[in-house]
Formats: sequence, structure tokens, C-alpha cells
Amino acid sequence: MTKGEQRAASSERERSSKSLLAARRSPLARMPWWIRDLIYAAVFIGILIGLSYGLEAIPITGMAYYNRIIVMIGINITLAVSLNIINGHAGQFSLGHAGFMAVGAYFAAYLTVFHFGPIVDKLVEGSTYAWVARNALLLTAVLAGGLFAAIAGYIVGLPSLRLRGDYLAIVTLGFGEIIRVMILNIDKIGAARGLSGIPTWSNFFWVYFFCGLTILISMRLVNSSVGRAFLAVREDQVAAEAMGVDATKYKVKAFIIGSFLAGVAGGLFAHYTPAYLNPTMFMFVRSFEVVAMVVLGGLGSISGSIVAAIILTFLPEGLRMAKGVLHMTKDPRMVIYSIMLIVLMLTRPQGLLGRRELWDVLARRKDTIPEDPRDEGSTPTDKLDRDAGPPVT
Amino acid sequence: MPLLEARHVTIRFGGLTAVSDFNLAIEPHELVGLIGPNGAGKTTIFNMLTGVYKPTEGEIFVGGTATADYKPYQITALGLARTFQNIRLFKELSVLDNVKIGGHIHYKYSATTAVLHTNRFHAAEDVAEGEAMKLLQIFDLEGRANYYAKNLPYGDQRRLEIARALAAHPKLLLLDEPAAGLNTGETIELMAKIHEIRDRFDLAILLIEHNMELVMGICERIIVLNFGKTIAQGNPEEIRCNPVVIEAYLGEPAESASA
Repeated sequence: MTKGEQRAASSERERSSKSLLAARRSPLARMPWWIRDLIYAAVFIGILIGLSYGLEAIPITGMAYYNRIIVMIGINITLAVSLNIINGHAGQFSLGHAGFMAVGAYFAAYLTVFHFGPIVDKLVEGSTYAWVARNALLLTAVLAGGLFAAIAGYIVGLPSLRLRGDYLAIVTLGFGEIIRVMILNIDKIGAARGLSGIPTWSNFFWVYFFCGLTILISMRLVNSSVGRAFLAVREDQVAAEAMGVDATKYKVKAFIIGSFLAGVAGGLFAHYTPAYLNPTMFMFVRSFEVVAMVVLGGLGSISGSIVAAIILTFLPEGLRMAKGVLHMTKDPRMVIYSIMLIVLMLTRPQGLLGRRELWDVLARRKDTIPEDPRDEGSTPTDKLDRDAGPPVT
Repeated sequence: MPLLEARHVTIRFGGLTAVSDFNLAIEPHELVGLIGPNGAGKTTIFNMLTGVYKPTEGEIFVGGTATADYKPYQITALGLARTFQNIRLFKELSVLDNVKIGGHIHYKYSATTAVLHTNRFHAAEDVAEGEAMKLLQIFDLEGRANYYAKNLPYGDQRRLEIARALAAHPKLLLLDEPAAGLNTGETIELMAKIHEIRDRFDLAILLIEHNMELVMGICERIIVLNFGKTIAQGNPEEIRCNPVVIEAYLGEPAESASA
């Protein structure tokens, strides 16, 4: 083949691959992006409104209790998915997530208790004005809390320029405690007494609205150049830098995004019944709970974090019946909970889903390299790896 | 102006001088080999050129820019891409994603663009995907684009590393032992590939290699190192007959050793 023919053939390939790419996208994806996203948002908000009315209408005694569990699941999904961006995608092991959550919770609560609450109190109770003002101000407070947490995330992200692995984990653990102790000493926001009198503006709708937003942000990020840079830094920082990825910048970016979303979750938590904040709620144990969700679901798997957040939030409540079933005088639920965690980690050390997503697992894609004469003399590495996983798409 | 220039580069680790007074100038489209016995300082030189180590003395210029204060990712942006002696692929990512990350500097965008999926996102992703697939085709890897990199056979992993480096659109490609662990057939194939990509992308290539067949077969100029010092330079014929080089590899001749 002459050079000219080669060029013609390669440009032909280029054209066909380009039209293939365009055809692969659905009609919805070919619309202007903002119309498409508005349609998505409208459908999502519609479903949420329907669900929140539906949940209130279910006539079961103690529905408030189940509602609370459902809302807590939403908050924990937000926390787990946001931590998964830092721990799972960017590979920076952070143990300070409760700290970010506390920053968001306290800042949002501070705004509503001292500034926004009085505004709404002046309006007529039950009027449309009051309703609009309440939700708009909640949104403002929660986003402000998120921003404040993002600033904290930036500050913690900075030492991560130098530290790796265990050392970073210790620094972030210390950071979370510093936040808690600082809150303990600020009298304006209640110190050790805790902050009470927060308006109960948060509800199922807002919690799941931000939960959905977090999942969307996380999923779109991981399939973009930003997400690929996160993953590259996780896999091999030296190689990532050699490929032109500014590892430091992307680590800090991951911290900022993750802590922003944790702050938002904190703000929503603060405004949900019983709307009371206490520094003991944000002890490092809370961070570990979120880490447990991410690790249990599989580091780096978004759907894994979601599934694990649901299970780990529901289990301690669901196990309350164990006392009655086993005819025990003491409540064994935390023991059973711990044993279940241990058994799960022993049988699936890579987490429920490993690094895969739920849809990959459901599609049952297998990874077998076809026999190829070209491979003669060289052995596939990691052939015995039990969690080789399917091809990723 | 040379693509890459090293002037009197020296690096010391504590009391050990790993490389001393190393000089190099690579012109566009050149194919230069860097050889020497184990521990001669070849990979250390690569690490200095790419900014992983900072030279203790001397200066390095990439495309005329002094790189003393540059981080590795900034040097990559100047048009220098590399592969690694011990393959350093992103193992848990797909073959396609590995190549896409290689082109990171050319189609990156903000996190906001990524989250909103704006037109810019689709445009950049289409280019990224198209380019990555084209590179995979060159290396006969397009059929395995969706495999995890760690599940590729060894030879394919070596080729994928070169494809990944090429995605950065370098003007100069540094290959650190590209034929290590390959069998004879694969090595011959690789030699042809190196020639092909040099002409196709108009690259200059600097390669470290122990496989003399490959080095002598494709390099136009060879630099020989021993104990951190440049002991010889020249075309393959000259190097093959150079007594200093033979001594470095095989030891001193018997009569002078007994004397």
C-alpha cells in the first residue's frame, strides 16, 4: 500500500469512528445540554415530590420512625458517595469526613438559627411566602455550609500534597478532631451543650434531591478527564505525573468536591428532626462509619457505596428485633452488626462490588482473554487474580 | 535548536555520584540509544530529564526552556513523554482509559464542564476517544480496548505504555528498556514499530536498552555510560569496535589484567 492509500484508509477509519460515536448517543443526549439537564432535573424532582407525598400518606403506625430511617439513609448515601470521590477515586485515604460534615452542619445551622430563622418568623405562618422563603433559605444555608466545608477541605487537601497513605489518614483523623474540639469551645453555637432551636426545614425531598445530585456529580466526574485524572493518581502517581496530570491539583480538587458534598449532607442533617446538633455526633467514630460504608461497598464503586450505605444504616435498626427473636435480656444488635461486618470483609475483602458498578455485575460480563498466537512466550500477568473483574466500559 | 539539551548534568545521592558531567543534545527526528552496564545511571538520567529528580549540578533544556523549576507534568507539556522500565500502567483502568489519560494535557476541561456535560465535554471526549482508538489501532490493541490493563499479556502491556506516551503528542519520546522481557519475534516487531511511529509522528526518540540487536539495529547515535560517566559516543559501527566499550561490558583484556 502506498503512503497515499494508507492516509486515505486511516482518514476513512477516522470518519467512520466519528459517525459511530455520534450515533451511539441517544436523541436526548444530542439536545443542547441545558435543555437535556433541565428535563432530567424536572423528571427527578417530580418523582421526589411524588415519593415524599406518598411516604407521608402511608397509614402505618410509627411511620415517622421509618421516615427518619429513610432520610438518614439518604444522608448517609450522600456522605458515602462523596467520601468515595476522595478515598475510592482519588485514592487519598481520608478519615476526616465527620469533620467536614460538622463544619457544614454547624455553619448552616448557625445561619438559620441566628439570621434566617428570624426572617421567616416574621412572615405569616402557612403562607406561600413563608414556604418559599423557608425553602430558599434552607437551600442557601445548606450550600453555604457546603462551601464552608469545601474551604476546610482545601485546607486539609494541602498537606495531602506531601503525605501518602497512612500518614494522610492520621492527619485527616486529627483534623476531624480539631474541628470537633473547636466547636466544643465556641459558645455562640452551643459548645458542649449542643445547638438547639434549629428550624426543622429539611425533609425527604431536600435530602434525596442532594443525594441524587451527589450521585450524578460523582458519576459524571468519574467518566470525564477530571475523574480519569483522579483514577490515574490513585493507580500510580509517578506515571500520572509523567502523563501530564498535576497530581497535587487533582488531589486537592477531590478533597474540595468531597468535602463540599459532605458539608451539604451535614447541613441537611442539622435541619432534620430533632434538629439538634452536638459535637459528640461528629466524633471520629462517625468518620469510621462512613469509611466502613465505602470500603464495604468496594472502594471506587459508586453503586457499592450506595448499597453499603443503605445496608449499614438499616442494619442497626433492623436488628432491633433480634432481641425479641433470640429471647435475650440484653440487646445483641451491635454484636450481630459487628460480626456481620467481619464475616463480610473476610469473604469479600474487596468489598461487595469491588471496583465494579452494580450494572456491570448485573450484566455478568466476564473477562477472558482470547487465545492469541501473538502471546506466545509471554504470560498474562495476574492470571490467578481472583478479582480480575470484567472488562470495563 | 535541539529538542533536548543536557549541559554538564551531575547528580549525587549523598556521597554517591550517580551521573557526572552528562552532556546530550537531541535534534528533531533523531533516534538515539543510551546503553551501559547495570547501574551505569541510565534510568537516573531519564528521571532527571523528565523532572522526577533534580540534577545537583548542570542544566537541562527542553525545546529551549530550562526545566530546573519544572514539575514532571509541566515537562510533559513541553513535549517530552516517557515509558517506564518496570511497566507502570494504570492497572485497574481499561486499556482505552490508559491511553486517554496519556492525552490528558490536550483534552482536559474543568470539573463544572464534566458535571454539566456541556458541548465542550462531548467535543473533548470525542477527540479523546478517537485519538486513543487510533493509537490502539497502530499497536494492534483496538480489540482489547475494554480490558483492564493488568489483564493484558506482557508484550501488549509494553506496547500499551508506548501508546499511552504517544497520546501526549510528544516531540521527544523516552523509552526505558522497551524490549525488556520480550522474545525475539516480539523484539523485531517492536523495532519496526519504533521506526514506524518515529516517521508517522515525526518524533525524536531516546531509548535505553540492553538488547544490543535492537540498539544497533535502529539507533543512529549511541551514548555509552559506565559508572555515571559517558565513555563513548558515536554511530553503531564505531561503538561496536570501541575498545573502551568492550572493556566496560566484557572486562579488561586478559594480558592487561595479568600485567
